[in-house]
Amino acid sequence: MSDNLIMSQYQNTPSGGRIHPHKFTLWVAIGSICMMFAAFTSAYIVKRNQSKWLDIDLPIAFWYSTIAIIISSITIHLAFKSFKAREMVRYRTLITITAILGIVFCVLQFIGFSELKNHGIQIFGQGSNPAASFLGVIVGFHVLHVLAGVAAILFIFIKAYSSKLKNYSIVPIEMISTFWHFVDLLWIYLFIFFMWVR
Amino acid sequence: MSNEAALHHSVDVSTSHDTHGDGHMHHHHETFITKYVFSQDHKMIAKQFLITGMVWAVLGGLMSVLFRLQLGYPDSHFYWLEDILGKWWVKDGQITPEAYYALVTTHGTVLVFFVLTAGLSGTFANFLIPLQIGARDMASPFMNMLSYWFFFAASCVMLSSMFVETGPFSGGWTAYPPLSALGSASPGSKTGMDLWIVAMALFVVSSLLGGLNYIATILNMRTKGMSMTRLPLTIWALFFTAVLGVLSFPVLLSGFILLIFDRNFGTSFYLSDIFINGVGALPNEGGSAILFQHLFWFLGHPEVYIILLPAMGMVSEILSVNSRKPIFGYMAMIGSLFAIAILAFLVWAHHMFVTGLNPFLGSVFVLLTLLIAVPSAIKVFNWLTTLWRGNIRFTPAMMFAIGFVSLFISGGLTGIWLGNSALDIHLHDTYFVIAHFHIVMGVASMFGMFAGIYHWYPKMYGKHLNNTLGFIHFWITIAGAYLIFWPMHYEGLAGMPRRYYDYSNWESFKQFIDLNRFISTVAMIVFATQLLFLFNFFYSIFKGRKVTSRNPWQSNTLEWTTPIHPGHGNWVGEIPEVYRWPYDYGKDGVDFIPQTTPVGEEESHH
Repeated sequence: MSDNLIMSQYQNTPSGGRIHPHKFTLWVAIGSICMMFAAFTSAYIVKRNQSKWLDIDLPIAFWYSTIAIIISSITIHLAFKSFKAREMVRYRTLITITAILGIVFCVLQFIGFSELKNHGIQIFGQGSNPAASFLGVIVGFHVLHVLAGVAAILFIFIKAYSSKLKNYSIVPIEMISTFWHFVDLLWIYLFIFFMWVR
Repeated sequence: MSNEAALHHSVDVSTSHDTHGDGHMHHHHETFITKYVFSQDHKMIAKQFLITGMVWAVLGGLMSVLFRLQLGYPDSHFYWLEDILGKWWVKDGQITPEAYYALVTTHGTVLVFFVLTAGLSGTFANFLIPLQIGARDMASPFMNMLSYWFFFAASCVMLSSMFVETGPFSGGWTAYPPLSALGSASPGSKTGMDLWIVAMALFVVSSLLGGLNYIATILNMRTKGMSMTRLPLTIWALFFTAVLGVLSFPVLLSGFILLIFDRNFGTSFYLSDIFINGVGALPNEGGSAILFQHLFWFLGHPEVYIILLPAMGMVSEILSVNSRKPIFGYMAMIGSLFAIAILAFLVWAHHMFVTGLNPFLGSVFVLLTLLIAVPSAIKVFNWLTTLWRGNIRFTPAMMFAIGFVSLFISGGLTGIWLGNSALDIHLHDTYFVIAHFHIVMGVASMFGMFAGIYHWYPKMYGKHLNNTLGFIHFWITIAGAYLIFWPMHYEGLAGMPRRYYDYSNWESFKQFIDLNRFISTVAMIVFATQLLFLFNFFYSIFKGRKVTSRNPWQSNTLEWTTPIHPGHGNWVGEIPEVYRWPYDYGKDGVDFIPQTTPVGEEESHH
């Protein structure tokens, strides 16, 4: 009962070349996610101006994770290009590398927090400072979005292998690639934000 | 390539090409499950939203009757209630204080979110967007189905919170910390609050899935010739509603996430070292409850317009159709919707004038708040001028639409009072506020919803509602709405605060005992009248007068060009093409010209 099946009954209605509705939906969703992080970061700014704010140096691991996610953006872009060129072997390798880099990014973020913990900065629980808790919540929710991207890659992968029909629609990979670049840019924004606004 | 084609592009390519030709001949067989339960048809999803919303409206309304019973008859004992509701809710024949606060909180949450957001825009956005823009279905019918089922899950969780031992959340629908962040603050802050926040998180997901779909559908799936300026105003209103939701609900979610961390993981976003009776000083340091208010009201204020705009859009459409006149100032209507949508994001702090907000900052918010009067006045002016010298048909839908305009005016005027930070010092948290927002947002939007149901019922079920019952419903409801909420203005001006359990203990408010009793009595009568509407609704589905013509209201919009019982896909054969705006009523002496009629050579331009 996919929507494709339902839509396939319909004849075409010529209405000019517009953006694919699913891609458009993704862009609106990206706007929505931006609002969520805008809320987080503005709450951070409001809270920072109140008493008892802890000045935290970002852990080194965050620098490495930044590099990892930037590389993953490049690999998914190359994967998208090879998909368009129908170089499927190259595409599969690159998309796998992207997913692995995504997981590496998440692990590095986790290492970053254990680094902070070793320096005696408590993220959650009794005695935690809101500055550290904010870092934990915001970075944590960004990691969830990266993991969502990894899950999406796994999903199209499994679909590509399980389906008997060869599917050459570029829409899914294009959408994942857009989302991946967005998550990358979101992290760069957060990283710069945390470095400057302390 | 069209978007219809784009959506099934993958199917066409993946299946062999010879099936392409007969691709639209085969029927897809629907089972009971795919047709009525996990349906992806926008019309069925709309009905699911509507009926779930109606269930909640009855429950939420019943809650208000219960707490009005306490307010109107604080000295009476209702022992039979104890037998029905049990000892936690009613003790010695009286509503307990815990139950009273639980009822007030749940009434607010349910009515604002479950009835007037999901029930109103969920129903009519799903039903009207594809039908009025000329699309087979939503951009993503699957996401649309998910949107309903997330709402259903939220409903189940919220309902279950009524049955836990410590009772449902009782800290007010705004869920301010510390009552919402501290389990030890009150009985309702324990399990009840956990369930409340889970339900609300599910609800936010449902709204976002719905909103994304509405925006993508309106912008991408319109039929040929349906330019943005040929859209009915219902669609414009639903579009701005969806934009508001998509931009403001994530902010609420952020606020809730921080709240969850404060509740469960010992953080100090909202909690500081306050003293709690029986607990002592909290270990938290440096949290700010005001921060939550900022995050909450950044959603909370747009939420008001999420509720109101769909009603405005439907009323515009219904007024025009039943006045047999074009809507007055179509572009001004769109412009004022746009202005309201922008201003909605810039006025949240007027809910916080008395929180210690900087008075200079407050004056900016006063100015921005009062600016909303401009687009609101434009809309009222346009509605009145649409009615002016119209050939008015007083159908029940039209009555409710006119009732909406009346309520919007009388409730909106008191908004000008409350928008002033100086007056707000006196009026804040009094019954004046309750009267204001119930009339302008609550009852007015309910009227918009009723108008929509009466108007589009023939399209939903292929039957007519009973008109006589409709008129009885209308007159008792509008009279009742004014009789309930008008006196509350006087109570509020006299300084009577909201949320108190019993006013008869206060010398200053004893004078209102009779008035409160009067309000409670009317509330019960109005609630009973809504049951009449429910009877009309469900009886007419099966036994109502059958719709015999495709276009019973002689309306111009596209939904009336579909069969009386449209299947999934809405139109048999091609989707009609659109040649004109939807408001050609009485043009060149012709009563109405549907949007599908090509513009004639001798026709005058509008």
